[in-house]
Formats: sequence, C-alpha cells, structure tokens
Amino acid sequence: MTELGTESARLEIIGDDDVVRVRQLARSYAQQVKLSLVDQTKLVTATSELARNTLTYGGGGAAEIGIVRDDHRTGVRASFQDSGPGIPDLDLAMTDGWTSGNGLGLGLSGARRLVDDFELDTEVGRGTTVTVVKWSR
Amino acid sequence: MDAAAEHLAQLVELLRTDSEQLIHRWVELTAPSLRGRLTEAELHSDSRELFDALQQALATTGNVNDSHFAEVKGLLEDLSRARARQGFSPSETAISVFTLKQAVSELVGQQDDQNLYRQVLTFSTLLDVLGLRTFEAYARTREGIIKEQSEQLLELTTPVVKLWDGVLAVPLVGTLDSIRTQIVMEKLLQALVDTGSEHAIIDITGVLAVDTQVAQHLLKTVMAARLMGAECTISGIRPQIAQTIVALGIEFGDITTKASLSDALRHALRRSGVDVVATARSGR
Repeated sequence: MTELGTESARLEIIGDDDVVRVRQLARSYAQQVKLSLVDQTKLVTATSELARNTLTYGGGGAAEIGIVRDDHRTGVRASFQDSGPGIPDLDLAMTDGWTSGNGLGLGLSGARRLVDDFELDTEVGRGTTVTVVKWSR
Repeated sequence: MDAAAEHLAQLVELLRTDSEQLIHRWVELTAPSLRGRLTEAELHSDSRELFDALQQALATTGNVNDSHFAEVKGLLEDLSRARARQGFSPSETAISVFTLKQAVSELVGQQDDQNLYRQVLTFSTLLDVLGLRTFEAYARTREGIIKEQSEQLLELTTPVVKLWDGVLAVPLVGTLDSIRTQIVMEKLLQALVDTGSEHAIIDITGVLAVDTQVAQHLLKTVMAARLMGAECTISGIRPQIAQTIVALGIEFGDITTKASLSDALRHALRRSGVDVVATARSGR
C-alpha cells in the first residue's frame, strides 16, 4: 500500500478522548485533500470505528494518519496498530452483526465498506494492524 | 563566615542598595511582553512584592528548597495563577521572573568583581528554578480551568426542551460518548416523567459523525423511552450521515427518523392528534 509522506501524524490511543482526537485529525486531513462531505464523513466514521476497536479489543495502541499520493489522485491513509490478543477467526470477525464484545458487531465490517482500500494484518497473541485509505475523486 | 556566605551577603547588599534601580529596570524589561493587559503600576507593585520577599529569603539562605523561600514561592504561584486566568501565555508569565536575571546582570556588569559575578550566576540558577515553578503553577491553573469548562459543557450541551404540550426535544451537539449519552438519557427520561410527555425527539443535526457506538447509544435511549411509554423520533439526519449509516449497515428498525426537527415535530403533533392549519386572516 502507498507510503505516507511528510504530511502525517501519529497519535497514541489509550483513552476515549484519543478516539475523538483521531477523528478530528482524520477530518482535517480529509478537508486538506478536498474529499467530498460524504467521503469525509465516511472516512471519519471509519477511523472512529477502528480507533475504538484498537482501544476496546486491542487494549490500546497507536494511529498513524496522513496524506497519500499516487500518479493521479490523493487520499488519506489511516493505520491502527495494537499489540493485543489478535483476531483468531478473521472471517467471523468480518461478519456483520458478530461481536466478541457488546457492540453492534458492525465496526470492522462497516469500516471496510466505508473506505476504498482496506488491509488487515493480525496474528493471535501478537496484535492487529488495520490500514485504510480513502481516495479523493 | 565562609566564602559562599560572604558572597551571598555581598549580593544581598547589592540588591538592597540598588533595589529601586533594579525594580525599575525589571519592570521596564517585563512591561513590553505584558503590554496593555496589566498596568505599569500593577506590574510595579507585583514586582516589588516579589523582590522584597526574594531579598528577605536570600538574606537567610541561598538554597531555594529552604523553607525561607516558601513566601517567594507562594507569591509566584499566586502571580502565575492570576496571569493564567487573565489569559497570558506561559512564556509571558515566566518572563516576569527571567527578566530579573537580566536586570541584575546588567547592574553587576558595571562592576569588575569576579566573586560577585560568580554569585550572580548562582542567583541566575535560583531564578531559573523559580521560573520553572511559575510554569508548573500556570499549567495547574489551566488544567483546572479546562476541567471546569468541560464539566460545564457537559451540563450545557444536553438541554431537554419542550416544543409542544407532550412533545420534548433533545438537540445533541458535538461528540456523543458514553458519559454524555448517559446524561442525555437520564435527563430525557426524567423530563418525560416530569412533563407527562408522550413524544420525544432526539435531534442529531449537531452530531458530526454517527458511528456504531453513537448509534448503539441512540438505540438504547429510544428503547428506554419506549419502555416508559413514550415514542421517540430521531431527527436531523443529514445526507452524509444517512449514507454513512447505510454503508456501516446500522439498522434503526422501526424507529421513526426524520431529516429535520420540523418534520419530526409535525410527525409528533399528528400522532397526538394536533393539526397545524394555515388560516387566512383578515387584513392580510
């Protein structure tokens, strides 16, 4: 996946306040690359879901958000890392309505539908990294 | 009397004999950074008070951790607190201490005395420590202010308003976290009982993003209201929010949702048997 440039920032996710901070950061980058209002909202909502997953299921971690460019478009990339328990059954975790906690079970699967690129890397006992990109049209 | 104590005495003597000149220069150096927000007279009296306390403490000891410095520290903390509340920046606050270093070294620079110069260096270090204390006191005050404000905000941002007989509305603004939802829910349910209302409208026009957690909080609030026999409508669903909710796959089930608060009010009125009719009045 495309690498982040200099226009990026890293945030620790250790509390509820940090989820709000991640969201604000994603919104400001989304406005910088001129995503449409709908795409801005979709990206912000996806980062909100993923940041909360990092916090709730990964036991905290970090987010790295920034602007990415390829030949003919720009976008915002957000990456969420934790060193939590990992996801044992990825297919199950990506199923709508399934949750190991007490949420709606739509966060992970919903986030995938809200963005253009979605990459999930997980290993049981090692942690999970989710990276998403929303491209401007 | 050992050498260090002798030098200290020399410095104290210097501070005492030239105190007027020093304070004057000190105020002169500090004033530009505080211009307009503090009068020269106020600054002068603050500085004099601090200077006198400092001089007294130094007359006894050169050790800043000694209890003789308690008054100086107390004064500094009061000063930092006052400046923080007046909206000065941390640097503007600390500079009031650091400029004294300059005033003193200017004064000593005119004299050719090695020992005195060394003592001034020690004095500088002492002022550095005191300067850092202003930072700490400043930060503590600001944290206090922020905490106060966020508590006030929590209360302010969740009003329950009566739109009509039997129709309540809760306009939500900003971020919906668990604590706020809890407050909203409690206030709404209590207001339903107090006013005997059968309709409640939760307006989310001011909510920037609706993720699954926010949705879940909303669903729970609606469920709780229903258990109390009230019907809940969610209004203010903007186009981008609607599209995001669909993409996320959140189902609001049989909960009535409306694009605007006025639509929701009309719906609530109709449900309670009130018709809003435009009448042609004479004279129009």
